[in-house]
Amino acid sequence: MIATLAFYVFAVILLVSASMVVSARNPVHSVLFLILTFFNAAALFLLAGAEFLAMILVIVYVGAVAVLFLFVVMMLDVNFAQLREGFQRYLPVGATIGVVLLVELFMVLGGWKFAPEAASLRFAPVTPGVHNTAQLGRLLYTDYFLLFQASGLVLLVAMIGAIVLTLRDKGDGRRQDISRQLARTAADTLVMVDVATGAGMKDVGILRPKVAEPEPVAAAHDHGHGGHH
Amino acid sequence: MTEFLQTPLGILVLTLVQALLLLVPLLIGVAYLTYAERKVLGAMQLRRGPNVVGPFGLFQPFADAIKMLMKETVIPTGANRLLFLMAPMLTFTLAMIAWAVIPVNDGWAIADINVGILYLFAISSLGVYGIIIAGWASNSKYAFLGALRSAAQMVSYEVSMGFIMVTVLICVGSLNLNDIVNAQKTVWFCIPLFPMFIMFFISTLAETNRSPFDLPEGESEIVAGFFVEYSAMSFALFFLGEYANMILMSAMTTILFLGGWLAPFGIEPFTWLPGPLWFIIKVVAVLFVFLWVRATFPRYRYDQLMRLGWKVFLPGSLLYLVLVAGVLVAMGWLPHAA
Repeated sequence: MIATLAFYVFAVILLVSASMVVSARNPVHSVLFLILTFFNAAALFLLAGAEFLAMILVIVYVGAVAVLFLFVVMMLDVNFAQLREGFQRYLPVGATIGVVLLVELFMVLGGWKFAPEAASLRFAPVTPGVHNTAQLGRLLYTDYFLLFQASGLVLLVAMIGAIVLTLRDKGDGRRQDISRQLARTAADTLVMVDVATGAGMKDVGILRPKVAEPEPVAAAHDHGHGGHH
Repeated sequence: MTEFLQTPLGILVLTLVQALLLLVPLLIGVAYLTYAERKVLGAMQLRRGPNVVGPFGLFQPFADAIKMLMKETVIPTGANRLLFLMAPMLTFTLAMIAWAVIPVNDGWAIADINVGILYLFAISSLGVYGIIIAGWASNSKYAFLGALRSAAQMVSYEVSMGFIMVTVLICVGSLNLNDIVNAQKTVWFCIPLFPMFIMFFISTLAETNRSPFDLPEGESEIVAGFFVEYSAMSFALFFLGEYANMILMSAMTTILFLGGWLAPFGIEPFTWLPGPLWFIIKVVAVLFVFLWVRATFPRYRYDQLMRLGWKVFLPGSLLYLVLVAGVLVAMGWLPHAA
């Protein structure tokens, strides 16, 4: 009884917040509703006994993906009046595409028949006595090992692609070279100067740090005006 | 009585009592952690720390709490009121609900679930929302800068934390926190996995936004970062949430690497103390290191922080994970899940 009640509560909140994602006026609110949707989906997974999937859903989608969504959406400067301008003009095209997709979905699902053996398995995928974490692991790493590795490769390619597209390294940025910095000693950078009382720093001038290795061209020419180099 | 505890209402009452038994000492612990921090910092900087309110200043946390309650909650113009007030509550709640799965003794967790470590990881990865929502809802530049910094920082360090947890998990063969501690009966994981232990501790510093990784609040550059606009109770909730998170992360370090409630070596004089006491002693020891680090190290620069996370910890933890898995497989020590 309680499980049924919990199911309906989570399902209703999920559907309501999912519709709020597309109808909220503020995009930040949209993302927050999306997070609520994820949470309720995780709760539904839990009710179905898929605890591993529920936790992974929260970790991956809420803990990482939605953070980046929120990050991006907060930085956006969206002008809603401008966004709504073309609504009337594009409505017929959009509605047509929507209707076509809906009809196609119905055509596909209408002709879908479950094999009689699968029907009994469909709603009870839980084998008693084995944790579903172990079951998933066995399935992924034993039975579908190659497919799993292939999907990992696809993700790797996508990641490299994203880095190549966004990396603009002109080589003139200031970088900290940790090994070079650790190799420096006090003798490389410090110089002790005796300054006579009342004479001030006039004779000594401005001290510049010694440069051990050849510097990049841009930095090399302005070391002249100090006393010591 | 035992029959009543089997009914749904009985289970509810039992859980509430358990939650209170855990949360009340925890909140007192949080209050005295703020006191301990000021005392420890004081001692390390040759000062006295709070010593006016009560004997040795022991009532200072309560004086601070009363002060916070009396002040006015100021909501800045243009702030998103609902989210502005929700953010501190979220931070505080998340720091509390994670404790549901922490075992303080053999089987003493409110919820002894199969995926306990994943639950902890999930909750700790949500901590960033309190900060990022606070930064956005405040309608202030500094708060927003702090929120952006913390979002990038926490997401970065979670990656290596995840790898470190996986390394522990392949040594245990279970995601249950109770099993993780029981697997350390022969040797605590901080010995064979010593580099991971250090990396995990440093990652928890970054995850809780503690110095030297406290860039999201960086008071010398962005005033107080994400909570610059907060005052009174809403500020207090952030403050308490931060300290509760510190205790949570120390508990996680204790469970994963320091053998939880187990006595050292499992031999005579040490086993006289009960398990929960050992758990508390270990958590306090880790917390002391948190404070010690704060008194010792200057704040990292942002690029140094990112370099450490992505170029040192990520390859390091990945390498050690492969190494540990390789050794386990080669020696035939791989534990088998039930």
